[in-house]
Amino acid sequence: MKLAEQPLTLAEKLWRDHLVVKGEDGAPDLIYIDLHLVHEVTSPQAFDGLRLAGRDIRRRDLTIATEDHNTPTKDIHLPIAEPTSAKQVQALRENTKEYGVRIHSLGDKNQGIVHVVGPQLGLTMPGITVVCGDSHTSTHGAFGALAMGIGTSEVEHVLATQTLPLTPFKTMAINVEGTLRPGVSAKDIILAIIAKIGTGGGQGYVLEYRGSAIRALSMEGRMTICNMSIEAGARAGMVAPDEITFEYLRGRPHAPEGKDWDEAIEYWKTLKTDEGATFDEEVFINADELDPFVTWGTNPGQGVSLLGEVPNPSTYQDPSDRESAEQALKYMDLEPGTKMKDIRVDTVFLGSCTNSRIEDLRAAAELLKGKKLAEGLTMMVVPGSQKVRIEAESEGLDKIFKDFGAEWRFAGCSACLGMNPDKVGEFKRAASTSNRNFVGRQGKNARTHLVSPVVAAATAIRGTLSSPSDLEG
Amino acid sequence: MEKISNFTGIGVPFRYSNVDTDQIIPAIYLKRISKTGYEDGLFSTLRQDPDFVLNQDAYQNPQVLVAGSDFGTGSSREHAVWALRDFGFKAVFSPKFADIFRSNCGKQGVIAGVIANSDTVKLWEAMEANPGIELEVDLPSQTVRCGELEINFEIDEYTKWRLSEGLDDIGITLQNEDKIAEFESRRAAWRPKTLPVKGD
Repeated sequence: MKLAEQPLTLAEKLWRDHLVVKGEDGAPDLIYIDLHLVHEVTSPQAFDGLRLAGRDIRRRDLTIATEDHNTPTKDIHLPIAEPTSAKQVQALRENTKEYGVRIHSLGDKNQGIVHVVGPQLGLTMPGITVVCGDSHTSTHGAFGALAMGIGTSEVEHVLATQTLPLTPFKTMAINVEGTLRPGVSAKDIILAIIAKIGTGGGQGYVLEYRGSAIRALSMEGRMTICNMSIEAGARAGMVAPDEITFEYLRGRPHAPEGKDWDEAIEYWKTLKTDEGATFDEEVFINADELDPFVTWGTNPGQGVSLLGEVPNPSTYQDPSDRESAEQALKYMDLEPGTKMKDIRVDTVFLGSCTNSRIEDLRAAAELLKGKKLAEGLTMMVVPGSQKVRIEAESEGLDKIFKDFGAEWRFAGCSACLGMNPDKVGEFKRAASTSNRNFVGRQGKNARTHLVSPVVAAATAIRGTLSSPSDLEG
Repeated sequence: MEKISNFTGIGVPFRYSNVDTDQIIPAIYLKRISKTGYEDGLFSTLRQDPDFVLNQDAYQNPQVLVAGSDFGTGSSREHAVWALRDFGFKAVFSPKFADIFRSNCGKQGVIAGVIANSDTVKLWEAMEANPGIELEVDLPSQTVRCGELEINFEIDEYTKWRLSEGLDDIGITLQNEDKIAEFESRRAAWRPKTLPVKGD
């Protein structure tokens, strides 16, 4: 870490402003946590740990819980059918009741994916530290927050102390300059970044996304990008706040008001990397040249332009990359040289903490309006939160999806990881707006191609991986 | 947490790179609310293959996993470490670990030691030449020995100290309770609070 008077990067400023104890003799720094988001999967053992040690929650007023990973997305008025899922959700309800933590349960209008709920309530804001027992906590970095996924032991640590012992990170600037072409979106930017730096390329770093193409993005787009920072191995990703951030926050239930708002804005405007500050690493991406991006393999770094083809592993220099690509193609049942656009899918999933916000649904609906789902395909649309669902219905988007032939569901993580009944069938191929194409992620032997919402929509219309421009003429 | 110094146990040549935590333990095993008993989920998909290394007679009751690069990527699930621990593993070596996974290991008394790429290959070859051979892991000297072969591993000093002392992180942090309280007294009014407000 640099001295305070030196020019600092955005991440270093946040570190400085949350430092409780500077670690000595190799000990980590103790960092204060402003907001702790909790869900049912990674918290029961943490609450148990508190109970065993006879400890209380330090700041229940900085802690909030929701149910998302296990929750069904249809027939939500019925008891959760799967007994282990029901038990885990019940454990969260009992734990939050016992410890006095606010919870948004299934059926509540603020229930939904934890990374959609925080921002929509206005709890996620610039200049704060956010943690959650979920790797996609990096999403909240879109506001200029330092947001990290943590393990269950750390969840317990934050519940008990509202702090975390952390080793300072290295910093990496991801400069994305230029203007995106029509049909190219935030998802394509981040898939291109991960393909470039690799799934381990961000390891040990906090990424700061910068440049004109990032500044031009909405908050939803910035969240999509920061969300997948973890897929490049980074501990966090962030975007400096600006007028777009402030406008998104203004008037949300938990956004500061009056004098507090003015004070906050004054501070938030200082939250950018100083002129002359240096990053440990810099990466450059030309937005002008980006095509829609899609994955062909079984990790998010195995991606290619939608205009390209399935690569040939034999051309890879690194033996472990070659082996990994060969295994991926076998699992994905793809032949080298196949044009990506010739790949036929069985199902389309529009949802997940990456792409389930109102803007994502609007972008897809615009393409689907008046069209019909390709023959033999299924499609599921899962809004990120109940509030997104309500908003979408007020705009008539649900009708567009249903008329098109898609299923319109209730909020949750759903088929992104298939902890609830929503799964991609065995040996079925999915175009999915989620974040991980890992082996078995969306169900046993399910084959996932990660795509943007508009590519998902164009694919649903044509039946093969498609870009919006394929729908013209 | 138990104090760790050195131990000897069967090593497994795990010739896979980019092993994400979904591979280590699929989401289906994450629905439990207990903190132990995850051994059945460990590499459950790979274990369906009878030839998989952990299904071979020589590698029963193993304690040391030597894996390829980028081990433990993806999901933050600590269940991945619980599964390894419950299966009996006390140490994992790889040229590169995902940050959250490595941190989770440190909380559960599992050594996540970083070794050079070339040393990984040497260890694999040495173990495969003598399947079921016991490796000696020595935390104080940061070495792992396989027969004549001795390899150094990296682990950060703080985690090493905590593992060797068997210390609980929360207890260490609470020694600074006064500093946390002082920090909180300066917390700006605009910073978020989760208590219900109008319009929620």
